[in-house]
Amino acid sequence: MKILVTAKRVTDPNAKIKLKSDKSGIQTDGLEYKPNPFCENAIEEALRLNETHGGEVVVVSIGPSDVQATIRTALAMGAHRGILVTGLDDHQMDSDLVARVFAELYKRERPDLFLLGKQAIDGDSNQVGQLLAEYLEIGQACFASKVEIHGSEAIVTREVDGGLEKIAVGMPAVITADLRLNEPRYASLPGIVKARKKSIDEIDIRSLGIDTHLKVETVAYEEPKTRGGGVTFVGGVDELVGKLKSEAKAI
Amino acid sequence: MDFEAVDFWGLDAELSEEEIQIRNAVRAMVDREVLPIIGKCFEEGHFPMHVIPVVAEMGLLGANLHGYGCPGIGEVAYGLVMQELERGDSGIRSFVSVQGSLAMYPIYTFGSDEQRQKWLPGMAKGEIIGCFGLTEPDFGSNPAGMRTYAVKASDRWVITGNKMWITNGNIAQVAVIWAGTEDGFRGFIVPTDTPGFRARLVEHKFSLRASVTSELILDNVEVPLDAVLPGVVGLKGALACLSAARYGISWGVVGSAMAVYDEALRYAKERVQFSKPIAGYQLVQEKLVEMLTEISKAQLVNLRMGRMKERGLLRPHHISFAKRNNVAMARRTAQLGREILGANGIMYDYQVGRHLCNIETVYTYEGTHDIHTLVLGKEITKIAAFE
Repeated sequence: MKILVTAKRVTDPNAKIKLKSDKSGIQTDGLEYKPNPFCENAIEEALRLNETHGGEVVVVSIGPSDVQATIRTALAMGAHRGILVTGLDDHQMDSDLVARVFAELYKRERPDLFLLGKQAIDGDSNQVGQLLAEYLEIGQACFASKVEIHGSEAIVTREVDGGLEKIAVGMPAVITADLRLNEPRYASLPGIVKARKKSIDEIDIRSLGIDTHLKVETVAYEEPKTRGGGVTFVGGVDELVGKLKSEAKAI
Repeated sequence: MDFEAVDFWGLDAELSEEEIQIRNAVRAMVDREVLPIIGKCFEEGHFPMHVIPVVAEMGLLGANLHGYGCPGIGEVAYGLVMQELERGDSGIRSFVSVQGSLAMYPIYTFGSDEQRQKWLPGMAKGEIIGCFGLTEPDFGSNPAGMRTYAVKASDRWVITGNKMWITNGNIAQVAVIWAGTEDGFRGFIVPTDTPGFRARLVEHKFSLRASVTSELILDNVEVPLDAVLPGVVGLKGALACLSAARYGISWGVVGSAMAVYDEALRYAKERVQFSKPIAGYQLVQEKLVEMLTEISKAQLVNLRMGRMKERGLLRPHHISFAKRNNVAMARRTAQLGREILGANGIMYDYQVGRHLCNIETVYTYEGTHDIHTLVLGKEITKIAAFE
């Protein structure tokens, strides 16, 4: 079984994000990146499926050359090789373009499964998997918390409101990983050493013949409103009720 | 909240991508497997056994050895592994140090090929735990005085003696025991289930509580003739092991100090007294600056030491310098961190108290601070002050 799996890099969620002065984006100088946690779940699942069913796990990502480090982390966990589509910076993509790039990679690689994180924790768009399946006209199973392969079908348990839904989807298919799908392994030292020798193909976006025009225009970034100070009451219940009515308009 | 490491001098730029990846993998493991449970382990006085298969699976046991199931990473990468482990706890780092540098290393360096094949793969997998018996109740800084003795009979060695302060003693399946013989000091590979071998748990410690410390009692322990390490006669074998372990300690304690500094800095920025966070007061800033400065200097020493080791240039006195300086730095850092945390500094909810107690062990094990002072004194003056 051949699996394509995504490894997106995201800004360190614990880093203090600063906006550019013109509000066109965030300042990326000195910013650290980490693999998107949901992609890590997808990679772990790809590796587990590979351990049972054999085949190949190919890690794909998009971005500048230093995204190789993110792919390399997945190779250290045990994936076999990587593909990096270069020529686009992080801010030059929207979910639609990413899905169309992945659709091209799908056509080149013809995998049985395309695994993705359900969303990236920076943009939180949660659209790429769904768009990708639509462009490829294949089945999709998003928010997977369990994946089993039976013959030519993937049996996927999905986390939905109020419970779990179990669906069967014919392969090839797109599956997006939810948090409870698995616990990603740590990259081992032998894995990290071996990853150095694994190949990462860089493909220039221009050679894919894709229209890189974005469908989503980012108008501006704003910082969240800073929290105002609290109010201390020294009076009685009547005063509190009055203020909740008149000032907070909570009751 | 994620740990923020000290990198005032941008030393990450001097590390390879692979070294950074190795460090980050161990850092993530410590965040997930060690930090959530280590305060409780320390309080209850037990070693977290569940960490053994995790560190073994990651290839951290004997990580800088080549072959026999060991990954053979570089010396700086190995140092970074030690640093990250001790950022969690000195007891965890001690476990890995003893397994790799004190038990596997002598078998790897002085053992026969049969001995290496027999022991190292299982030790790398964490299925066989090792310990190292050199120090005795009456012989610490002066190991040459040891009383443990091995007599050679026609078909076996018979070993008798006591070893003290032995990390991993009670959980080990194999011990590397150093003993006097007719020909000088020799190392022996002794399975701990050999009749006459006993490990007694050292209890009532206020330091390294999440680590197993033991006394080993060898009463006419009989091992076959091929249990002796053939590659070395004399104390230089044991001392080579100590150099390997001290190298790891020098890196490890920087991890301890970075954990303390990170916690103290966060605390100082959040804790408001009078009109502002205590980080805004001169006395607290002086402490934080002192910690940052000394940690950064120790990092520079470690990186240089590691690169020298990779090039085969490192000498024992360099390691004495690093062990002496860096452990004293971590001890002082723990004290300063504990001061900044005020009353909270004595609680298990925070890390500084645990590091403060742990470093007391690290300060005197593997060559006390004072002995390393005298090693350096001898190096400078060519006059030994300890004979």
